[in-house]
Amino acid sequence: MKWKTIKEHIIYSLLRLSGLFIVCALAILLFYILSGGIGKISWEFLTNFPTNGMTSGGIFPMIIGTLSLMILTMLIALPLGIFSAIYLVEYAKPGRFTNAIRLAVHNLAGVPSIVYGLLGLGLFVVFLGFGFSIVSAAFTLAIMVLPIIIASSQEALRAVPQNIREGALALGSTKWETTCHHVLPYALPGMLTGSILALSRAAGETAPIIMTGAAFYMTHLPSSVFDEFMALPYSIYTLATQSSNVEATRPTVFGAILVLLLIVLCMNLVAIIVRNYYRKKYRW
Amino acid sequence: MKFSISNLRKYDHKRIRNIKDKVIRKILLGFGLTAVIFIILILVFLMIEGLPFFFEGDGVDFFTGDVWDPSSPNTPRYGILPMVLGTFLVTLGAIVIALPIGIGCSIYLAEIAHPKIRETLKPIIEILAGIPSVVYGFFALVILSTWIDNFLNSTTRLNALTGSIMLAVMMLPIIISLSEDAIRSVPREMKEASLALGLSKWDTIRGVVIPAALSGITAAVILGVARAIGETMTVLMATGNAPVISFDMLSSMRTMTATIAIEMGEVPFGSTHYHSLFAVGIVLFAITFIVNFIADRVMKRFREKY
Repeated sequence: MKWKTIKEHIIYSLLRLSGLFIVCALAILLFYILSGGIGKISWEFLTNFPTNGMTSGGIFPMIIGTLSLMILTMLIALPLGIFSAIYLVEYAKPGRFTNAIRLAVHNLAGVPSIVYGLLGLGLFVVFLGFGFSIVSAAFTLAIMVLPIIIASSQEALRAVPQNIREGALALGSTKWETTCHHVLPYALPGMLTGSILALSRAAGETAPIIMTGAAFYMTHLPSSVFDEFMALPYSIYTLATQSSNVEATRPTVFGAILVLLLIVLCMNLVAIIVRNYYRKKYRW
Repeated sequence: MKFSISNLRKYDHKRIRNIKDKVIRKILLGFGLTAVIFIILILVFLMIEGLPFFFEGDGVDFFTGDVWDPSSPNTPRYGILPMVLGTFLVTLGAIVIALPIGIGCSIYLAEIAHPKIRETLKPIIEILAGIPSVVYGFFALVILSTWIDNFLNSTTRLNALTGSIMLAVMMLPIIISLSEDAIRSVPREMKEASLALGLSKWDTIRGVVIPAALSGITAAVILGVARAIGETMTVLMATGNAPVISFDMLSSMRTMTATIAIEMGEVPFGSTHYHSLFAVGIVLFAITFIVNFIADRVMKRFREKY
């Protein structure tokens, strides 16, 4: 009996340790990034162009590139994702056809990001002739985050109680009026949460934009959406691995990572706040 | 019904609403189809750009050759085996590390942890999942590789083990959150019955909860593997990228994803080399598709059980 309790204690400690490992992993990661990058963050760093082979100066064009890419990605992915989800939840009748759509969404979520890059290169850059540009990259990323947006929007729509729909239909609303005026308002916060999370994933994604339009170095901001662009994740990659003087560019890389992490984590935070706020507000 | 202008208007209004409803239904159907269209587009473009390789290049050597040397001026070789092996070994290493920690952590979260600790750990796991892969890659490149180099005197500074450890950390959030869900969905009555029969808490977890959740946990691990196979930036920056056949985890290796990412920027459009990278993409797509499919089947069995 005694031996058994000791054994259980050991096992419990091991399980606790695995929980601790997660905390340590994040702490170590954040510690090194913060200690490496915090000294670099300044107004000049955020608003200047890089100089001296990117060893000094700022990361302004990368920030602008990443932000404009995110906005365009959202403009493409949001309507596609939300309307797909509305169709799947509110309109689709169970059957082989709907199953095929579900299967496609599901499989799309499992495709590696680099394969999206290949699609973007073949379809948008070459076939449609968008060239290496913000549009090509944005379309590619939009397709990549589409399954995430569809999944979270579906979940948000399903969480709206059925009797709200039935009430609206009983009063003579058409299907669309019911969906648009009575279901969507309640589902929108949930959709928003999922979409922000999806977008934060797009912001940090590197592999697809390597092939669709990210540039190593530009002396000017992209003049239109059909221009190449510099982006934070791609610059982090190239500066860390391919720059001619790796040691000299290292502080810039740390700074760029810190900025990217701040963007991504802030978006996650906003998503969590939105989620918690509306979870309290709507209780069915 | 007495004929009057107002009646006519009412009738018209209703008809317009109904027409509008039907039109919107059709438009939404179009939106619903986008996912199907995109998955078809992926297949079509992988084929359009990848299949020409098998006409121009040596298709047999692609699957059986052990040399990847596409830029050789005289005899370019396109053997995918070194990269398949690289992907396999790096993923295997990652799963060996992530499996005990991931399952341990999910048991801890689902069964043991105090609700307050759980509420703190969950967001930490979410943050870990939200960190971009290029950041993990950079950490592996600059910090982790130095540690491993100091500890183990590795053959090359960047090696498969570095990639595996970093991938393991990236896989953990998926494995933990999905297995925790699986463990939590084991019916309460089963646990209570076991406890009522006098088994201790750990015996209940080991003998009842884990066996009941096993297929769900398996599916979680397989999904983690699928993610690791498709991961690009971390392995690209961590493993050193030498396309050679080697079973030494402390030597440099290259994965399929890294090959596409490295070489796509340098090849001329439409060359054999260019098409060969899409052919690698086809293989990668097929592998992840199969792995995801298996995970799906396992998950389905788990859901049907409860």
